[in-house]
Amino acid sequence: MSLDPQPKAAGPQVGADEWVARQEDRREYLPSWLGSAQRAGERIGWWPRLAVAAVAGLLLPVIGLGGFQLQVGIDALVIAVLAVGLNIVVGWAGLLDLGYVAFFGFGAYGFALLSSSQIGKAGIHLPALLSVPIVMIGAAILGLIVGWPSRRLIGDYLAIVTLFFGEAFVEFTNNVAPKTLGGPNGIISIDPIRSFGYQFTSNESYYYLLVVVLVLTMAVLRLLDTSRTGRAWRAVREDPLAAAAMTIPVNRLKLMAFAFGAMVAALAGTIFAAQQISVFPTNFDTPILILVYAGLILGGAGSIAGAATGALVVMVIYDGLLRSPTDSGYLFYGLILLTLLVKLRPWRRLGLVLAATAAFGFAAHAIAGAISSSAVAGRPASAGWIGSALRDWVIVPANPQIAGNWGFVLLVCMLIALVQMKSWWRTILLVPTLYLACFVWETRLAAEPSITRQLMIGAILIVMMNARPQGLLGERRVEALT
Amino acid sequence: MGFFFQELVNGIVVGALYSLIALGFSMVYGVLKLLNFAHGDLYMVGAFAGYFVIQWFGGSKALTIPVPLLLVIMFVLAAALTGGLGVAIERFAYRPLRNAPRIAPLITAIGISFFLENAALLLFGGQFRIYNTSDFIPFSSGFQIGSVSVDAVQIMVVVLGIALMIALQQLVVRTKLGKQMPAVAADREAAEMLGINVNFTIAATFFLGSALAGVAGVMAGLLFNQVTNTIGFLAGLKAFTAAVVGGIGSLPGAMLGGLLIGMAESFITGYVSSTFTNLLVFGLLIAVMLVRPSGLLGQVQLQKV
Repeated sequence: MSLDPQPKAAGPQVGADEWVARQEDRREYLPSWLGSAQRAGERIGWWPRLAVAAVAGLLLPVIGLGGFQLQVGIDALVIAVLAVGLNIVVGWAGLLDLGYVAFFGFGAYGFALLSSSQIGKAGIHLPALLSVPIVMIGAAILGLIVGWPSRRLIGDYLAIVTLFFGEAFVEFTNNVAPKTLGGPNGIISIDPIRSFGYQFTSNESYYYLLVVVLVLTMAVLRLLDTSRTGRAWRAVREDPLAAAAMTIPVNRLKLMAFAFGAMVAALAGTIFAAQQISVFPTNFDTPILILVYAGLILGGAGSIAGAATGALVVMVIYDGLLRSPTDSGYLFYGLILLTLLVKLRPWRRLGLVLAATAAFGFAAHAIAGAISSSAVAGRPASAGWIGSALRDWVIVPANPQIAGNWGFVLLVCMLIALVQMKSWWRTILLVPTLYLACFVWETRLAAEPSITRQLMIGAILIVMMNARPQGLLGERRVEALT
Repeated sequence: MGFFFQELVNGIVVGALYSLIALGFSMVYGVLKLLNFAHGDLYMVGAFAGYFVIQWFGGSKALTIPVPLLLVIMFVLAAALTGGLGVAIERFAYRPLRNAPRIAPLITAIGISFFLENAALLLFGGQFRIYNTSDFIPFSSGFQIGSVSVDAVQIMVVVLGIALMIALQQLVVRTKLGKQMPAVAADREAAEMLGINVNFTIAATFFLGSALAGVAGVMAGLLFNQVTNTIGFLAGLKAFTAAVVGGIGSLPGAMLGGLLIGMAESFITGYVSSTFTNLLVFGLLIAVMLVRPSGLLGQVQLQKV
């Protein structure tokens, strides 16, 4: 609980609340040069930063992003739009909405029904300029309906109702009206988005469309954030009771947050459906919800840029890097080195740990090899030069699965122990933990990328909430009063 | 009428199972005001523990120890394992967040649930593990009244479930720990000032609740035979429903809610259709929440300023 060091204003000013006036001083910045960069970035203002990001995003396909990478980009952008929308509900209004993906699904299914041959004989084929707003308004109304009980529900009950709404949506699309909604087989052959005489068919066109939509959504939300409504949301989040006492209409604001979030989710859904040309109930199940949450939490709930960046980072890792054995190796070892670089001071200690880990590995490999030759008979799962470099360092038994499984359990235990340790003990324990992490990676995790990426999502949620709840880009104010 | 009674029996058996999971869920909520989304996954871990106990003792066809001993080992080991896991989760993931905004532990709980589910996928694979209960507890070991048949596993589940519920009720009413729980729930700081070891009370609550989930997991393995890493999610949701319908935080409420959900599910499956079971159960929950947000036996909470 640290009070801010030097009060700026000489004395209380007339007409200005001292606490409010000094709000900015209570911002917590990153240490050292990172903090200076953060301050410099803030001086530029939000819209030039957004414009630079948008131009960079639009240029990516030009400099040679194609095929698989483009698909990853599209998925990442869809999740980013979703995360930005979720930020309204979770980050600003502070309501835990666990049925958020249902609105995404509603948008996708709504668009699918309005732009395919699913209803009636000839089907409805509305132009996108008409169907997208219809679906968005529909989603907003649905959001109001779902949010309606939340007026009476305190705290966690809202999470329960929305969670069940989300589950009910999946059950509904799976089982109800199989002729129209297609059941588990979903709806296929959806019209592409047509507008202004242009037809969005290629992946490139959807990529550009999504970049534009994301940037526009972020800009609109930025304006909303600094508006009267945005400020009122924050008041409701911090203390609903105090907000109500200040005549803020708490219930109406909660409903509005729901409706706005639902609209953004539905917008993402329409583009998703048009780009996929098909929708299935499994597209809107819990894993997607957790993915969106992971992006929002990693970037920082409450910050628009944080939500978008977090979602993009999570998706590029989840969908892109972890799929390729070489890239995932770079990612894993790069992240370990980066974390050590940032967290381990002074440099001597860092060098010591790295050297000790290397020595530990060679020693362990030699001992294991001397005991039994089959204990080191396997090959590391990493491809490329990383795999061959680690060959005489990391123990990979002939049957890596069982050893890797035990290693995984042990690794989780050791990580937990590591958190509890203090100073030098922690540094000493770090060496075997690092080696064990590499061992588990080479025997098990790198070989099972589809499971590894899910584990990563879970770990992001747990670690971020405990270590840095405001996220990477979120801001934290050091409050004197609690 | 035979069909009706058969569905009733099935409903009571499944209801006992849901009650046990819901009890742990409700206990944790009562003390910490935290929706422990990872609770369903502890149930899954318990079910796996039971499966591996069967495998260690020679597999279902060639057991090396008598069946009652096997059952005792299964239940005790599963309870100890999930109880320990629950305590570890509380210690390392929830305790640092005790004074954080309400939303932080909830999101952590979602993360833990997802992590456990996928860790189980990594360790045990995605295929179904089969208990093959009928190999060591034959179907014929039960009894039959008219057209209603009740097998030994079902009887065991109900009897053990009721016994555990009574034991828990006694623990809450009679022991010191049981009296400390509501005190910690009501006001943590005041409880601490009165000399109650708050951390211990919360850890003990987590242990008991998680152990119940583990026992329920073994029961589910014996009853339904199949175990895989995703069973926790749906069971967790059902138990969740049971706890909320009964009034979250209230132990008799959790039992009643579990029984209600089990019967509702059984009758909907029997008389309406199995495709709509989950939808209707979720609908029931939302309806209860709208009419009586505090649940059937829960107390209406007044917001204090």
